[in-house]
Amino acid sequence: MNIINFENISRVYQVGSEEVHALDNVSLKIDRNEYVAIMGPSGSGKSTLMNILGCLDTPTSGKYDLKGTDVSDMSDNELAEVRNREIGFVFQTFNLLPRATSFHNVELPLIYAGIPAAERRAKAEQALASVGLKDRMLHKPNELSGGQRQRVAVARALVVGPSIILADEPTGNLDSKTGEDIMALFQEIYKLGNTIILVTHEEYIANHAKRVIRLLDGRIESDRQVAERAVPKRGN
Amino acid sequence: MRHHLFEWKEGLLISLTAIRANKGRSILTMLGIVIGICSVALMATAINGIDKAFANGISALGADNLYIDKYAWFSDEDFFLMRNRKNVTMEQFERFEKLAQLPLAVAPSILTMHKVLAGDNYVEGTLMTGTTDGYVRTTNFNFARGRFFSALESSGARNVAVLGSEVAAHLFAKRDPLAQEVKIDGIPFRVVGVLEKQGSNMLGNFNPDNQVYIPIGTVFKYFRRDRDTVTIVVRARNTAMTEATKEEAIGMMRRVRGLLYDEKDDFSVNTQEGLTTEYDKVVGVIKLVGLFITGLSLLVGAIGIMNIMFVSVKERTREIGIRKAIGAKKRTIMGQFLTEAAVICLMGGLVGLVLAVLLSMLVNKFLPTSVQMNTVVLAISISLLTGIVSGLAPAWTAAKMDPVEALRYE
Repeated sequence: MNIINFENISRVYQVGSEEVHALDNVSLKIDRNEYVAIMGPSGSGKSTLMNILGCLDTPTSGKYDLKGTDVSDMSDNELAEVRNREIGFVFQTFNLLPRATSFHNVELPLIYAGIPAAERRAKAEQALASVGLKDRMLHKPNELSGGQRQRVAVARALVVGPSIILADEPTGNLDSKTGEDIMALFQEIYKLGNTIILVTHEEYIANHAKRVIRLLDGRIESDRQVAERAVPKRGN
Repeated sequence: MRHHLFEWKEGLLISLTAIRANKGRSILTMLGIVIGICSVALMATAINGIDKAFANGISALGADNLYIDKYAWFSDEDFFLMRNRKNVTMEQFERFEKLAQLPLAVAPSILTMHKVLAGDNYVEGTLMTGTTDGYVRTTNFNFARGRFFSALESSGARNVAVLGSEVAAHLFAKRDPLAQEVKIDGIPFRVVGVLEKQGSNMLGNFNPDNQVYIPIGTVFKYFRRDRDTVTIVVRARNTAMTEATKEEAIGMMRRVRGLLYDEKDDFSVNTQEGLTTEYDKVVGVIKLVGLFITGLSLLVGAIGIMNIMFVSVKERTREIGIRKAIGAKKRTIMGQFLTEAAVICLMGGLVGLVLAVLLSMLVNKFLPTSVQMNTVVLAISISLLTGIVSGLAPAWTAAKMDPVEALRYE
């Protein structure tokens, strides 16, 4: 079953008197438990695609079915609910709340989902344990290393059991060793049956994925499955 | 419902964290509200005090009293027309007293002002009420010493006097005034009674504390040989009977004054309602102006809150983006910032209230007053409301942010 079904999605921005076609008639299907990398140079429309996939933005035209529900015409509040339930974000800059503990950061989506405290506690602890940070629950982001912060962000993305994990350059702010650790974490999550969409411009990061979609000027330039093979090291 | 509760709790937690994180800024902002709420609470307290003092004064005079007089006290009637009315005389009073069935008590009264002297102490221009023994039953007087003058003393126009508490204190200091001699315009009177403090400065000279009561016959004998008009004080049995008593009084007075059926009343029946109405007219305006001016200081505080909330929203744009990305709805974000503004205002309001209570203890020295429960409720609701109103625009700005833009904000 397709989790994501894009039909002729376009996104047009009005810049002054000029129209910019950030996405131009893109159609795309992604199945459950796929591991997809979206690549492309700056201005190719990756960010726009990612925003629409993540229900942060809506298309100018076209139809987006997420788990069989049309989300392309939803109101802001409906989209917020969809994001809460279906999408787990992992950002390049971690985007944790600076004044909140790891535990509270992970608990937050559950609060917005209206889950009672005891259940929240159990789920958040479990999510933190699954990224190996059970002993850092009460630390604030500034007391954690970059890799640990990103792990907290991954735990936050996983905690509601979303349909898609959307990661936007998740290793961009990490050194290569820590980056590899995070990619290994994604690999584990993928093996547990999650659907992962990775936005990156690094070839060696994209190579972790099973399918690579390349964008250019708002269109899909190529969309190919990656054969099972050894992951090349950086600099290859 | 559960959703809302969790979100609200989260909002409260965030606001407390945010306030703590920006302590200096929060305290300065709060200061505006502290001053605003403090002045509003003090003003409300002062108004309560004035009202209470007035009500006390009225009840000391007797709230259910009617005053039959040549003049209407509070009316737009032409003064010169009223001046041409016949005087109300003692003979008319005596006939009225026999005819009127409903009143609890009736008494004539006439006012005059004189210097009262005892030994070396004197009070210049003391208001005297000349009346009969029945007068005391039209009032709620309590006696510190002695009694009111008797029927015999009244009808015999004896030189006896009852002193108000302030007058007695002035003339006799710590000595017992009872059976002592005072000189009114040089004429000796014997003190037969001293009133307890009745309690209202609102009525000025009319406050019984500042008066001396003497038999009406002595007034006519020594001070008012012209036999001026008297006022007949009529006390109804209770509030419910005031109207009927007034109707009867009008009918009886018309008979006493020999008016024909087509003639207009040539006297007026005054009530304390008139006094209350007049009081409300004057003091009501003062109250409104006072509350308006103190309200302005609250407004300044509110503008401060609004300003700081806009700054807070701007600073936390990225946080708003994060929250939206993980599922916060508009109302959640809105609620978060409204809660923050409300918490700042509520804290400021509580501090202001405590300050007001302390200050009112000082004010209490001049005007008997204390912060009332309704003032507390008022102050807390106003501070909460101020927070919500001044947080509205900033919170809305936060709520309607585009998550994509907000996440990109540096």
